[in-house]
Amino acid sequence: MTDDVLVRARDLQVHFPVRSKGLRRKVVGAVRAVDGVDLEVRRGETLGLVGESGCGKSTLGNALLRLVEPTGGTVEFDGADVTAMSRPALRALRRRAVMVFQDPYASLDPRATVGQTVAEPLQVHGLHPGARARASRVAELLELVGLDASVASRYPHEFSGGQRQRVGIARALAGEPDFVVCDEAIASLDVSVQAQVLNLLRRLQDQLGLTYLFVSHDLAAVRHVSDRIAVMYLGRVVEVGPAEQLAADPQHPYTQALLSAVPVPSPALERARRRTVLAGDVPSAAAVPSGCRFRTRCPHAFDPCPDVDPALQAVGAGQTAACHLHGVVGSREARV
Amino acid sequence: MSAPVLEVADLRVRLETPRGPAHVVDGLDYAVGAGETVAIVGESGSGKSVSVLALLGLLPASATVTGTASFGGRDLLAMSEAELRGVRGNGIGMVFQDPMTSLNPVLSVGRQLTEGLLAHGVVTGRAAARARAADLLADVGLPDPRGALERYPHELSGGMRQRVVIAIALAGEPRLLVADEATTALDVTVQAQIVDLVTRLQAEHGTAVVWITHDLGVVAGIADRVLVMYGGRCVEDGGVDDVFDAPAHPYTRGLLGALPARVDAQRGPGRRAPDLVAIAGTPPPPTELPRGCVFWPRCPVRGDVRCETEQPPLVRVGGTDPRPHRAATFYGREIP
Repeated sequence: MTDDVLVRARDLQVHFPVRSKGLRRKVVGAVRAVDGVDLEVRRGETLGLVGESGCGKSTLGNALLRLVEPTGGTVEFDGADVTAMSRPALRALRRRAVMVFQDPYASLDPRATVGQTVAEPLQVHGLHPGARARASRVAELLELVGLDASVASRYPHEFSGGQRQRVGIARALAGEPDFVVCDEAIASLDVSVQAQVLNLLRRLQDQLGLTYLFVSHDLAAVRHVSDRIAVMYLGRVVEVGPAEQLAADPQHPYTQALLSAVPVPSPALERARRRTVLAGDVPSAAAVPSGCRFRTRCPHAFDPCPDVDPALQAVGAGQTAACHLHGVVGSREARV
Repeated sequence: MSAPVLEVADLRVRLETPRGPAHVVDGLDYAVGAGETVAIVGESGSGKSVSVLALLGLLPASATVTGTASFGGRDLLAMSEAELRGVRGNGIGMVFQDPMTSLNPVLSVGRQLTEGLLAHGVVTGRAAARARAADLLADVGLPDPRGALERYPHELSGGMRQRVVIAIALAGEPRLLVADEATTALDVTVQAQIVDLVTRLQAEHGTAVVWITHDLGVVAGIADRVLVMYGGRCVEDGGVDDVFDAPAHPYTRGLLGALPARVDAQRGPGRRAPDLVAIAGTPPPPTELPRGCVFWPRCPVRGDVRCETEQPPLVRVGGTDPRPHRAATFYGREIP
C-alpha cells in the first residue's frame, strides 16, 4: 500500500505570520493558508486539486515541493521526509519533483534563449555533460513537447502563450522528473490552446509515466485530466475521490455548491439545472471559523458544526469527505 | 417584433499600430432587442471588446470607426463626445472585467454611485441621490446597503465590488447593458451569483444585454443569441440552441470540441476521458490577418483555393427568417 503512494502530506500546515504595525511588528495572528492537510498522490496518477482563489491550493502545491516552508506536519516523497531534507537532498528532490507555472510570460527569463532556459536544469543537476550532449538533449525535449528543435536559439517574446507554456513544460521535464505540479498551467491560455496543452500533458504522462498534481480553479479541466480530485476550502481538503464519482455524486456541501456553479456549455442543460447559490464570501484565512470552516456558508449547517472540526471520513468507494452530515465521528481535535 | 434597442451595421474599426494598420473589427452586424441577451464570443485578440468600446466612443482618437450603430433611432457612431456622454451611463450601462480598476479606489461607494445619478439628472439633491443609491445597492444584493455607501472599494470582496459596478451601470436605468468579461475575474460560485443577478434585473427591467465573454459555459446559460468572432469578423451567429447544437463553422466546432465539459459528457464511468479536439496553431494578430477566410490557416476543413483568396460570405445555414443562423462559408448547409 505504501508503495503506490509517491507523495504523502500528513497534517500539513503553512501559516504566514500577521504582524502588528509599528516598530515592534509583533506577531498578532496567522494566515492559515494550508491548515492541516492530509493528502496522498499515487504513482502514475493525476490528482486534481480544485478550489477557489485564496483556498490555499497553490500554497499546498508549493509546500509539497518545499518551495514554501511548511510550519507544521510532514511531507513524504517516495518514502523520504521532505520537511527534514538537507540542502543536497533537496537539490536531488528538485530534479525529481518539479513545477509548471501559471504564467508562461512571467516564468521564462526574457533574456535567455529557449535553449538556455531548457538547458539550465541539465547544468544544475550535472546531466548530459558537454555542450554537444546538452544541445542534443535540449532538441529532444523541445520535440517531445511539440516544438521544432530549431526554436532553441529564439527568445520567449517570439512565442505565443501556448508555445511558451510548452517551453515551460520542456524545462520541467529536463531532469526526467517523477512528479510534476501543474499550478494553474492552462489558466492564462485561450480555450483552443488550453486543449492543446491538456492533450500534451496527458500524452507526456503516458509516455514518461509521470505523476501529476494538477492545481486549477477550472473544474471542467480538472475533471477531464484527473484520476482523482481533491477539493480545498479555506486551507483544508474537504473532499477527495475518484474524478467521475466525485463529479457525479459529490458528498460535501461545498463540493456540491462548487460543481453546481460551474456553467455547462449546453443551453438545454443550463436551462434545466438548479444551482445551489452560496451566500456570502469565503471567510479570511486569518479568521477561520470554529468547528467546520464551511459552516458559515453551508446550507445544511446544524448543531455540531460550530464546535466540532470534522475529519475526512469514508463516504463512498475511495471517496472521503469532511462533513458531519455523514455522522459526527472521528472529529479532529480543534486546532488553535 | 418591436424595433431593436441596438442595431449595428457593418461596424469596422481600424487601429494604427507600429506594425501597420490593424483591422481589429472587420464588418460586424447584429441587433439586440429589449429583454434579449446577445453574447459575443471569441478568444483574445478576436476584436470582441473593441467592437463594443467603439460603440461607446471609448477607443483612442487614432482609431477609425465606420458603420452605423442605431440606438433609440440615433447613430451612436455619428454622435459628438458631449452627446455620447449623455448616453453612456444613462441609456447604456457598462460593466467591465476587473471591478478593482473600474472603481475609483479613493472615493467611497456612495460618492461613486451618487455622482452618476446627479450628473445624469436621475434625481436632484444629495439626500435623494443617497436614498436612490442605497436602493440600487439593495437591488444588487449588497448586505447593509446604507452602510455600504460609506465603504471604499478595497473593503469589499471581488463579488461585492462587481455588484457595486453593476449598481452604477444600472443607476441611469439604461435600456442597454454592456458587460465585457464581467465575471472573468471572479470565482465560479461568485460568477453564478452575478449571472443570476443580471438575469433577474434584466427580467425586471426589460434591459437589452450585450455580454462579451470567452466562456462558452456562461454563454449557454445566459444568451438568447450568440455571435462568434474570430480575427475581427463574425464567423457564425444564431440562436443559442442552433449554434451549440448544430455549429456550422469549423472554428465554432473547434471551440466547442476544445471544451472538456462537452467531450467528457461522452466519457463512460471509470473510463479515461477522450482527447480534446484542439485547434492547431494560434489566432493571428490583427496586424497579420490572412487574406481570404481569416480562419483558413488553422482550418481542418479548408475546402478549396477560394478559402485562401476570397472572404466567405455570411450565409444562412438554419434558424428562422427574422432570426437566422448564419455562418461565414462558401458551402452553405453542406459544410464538409
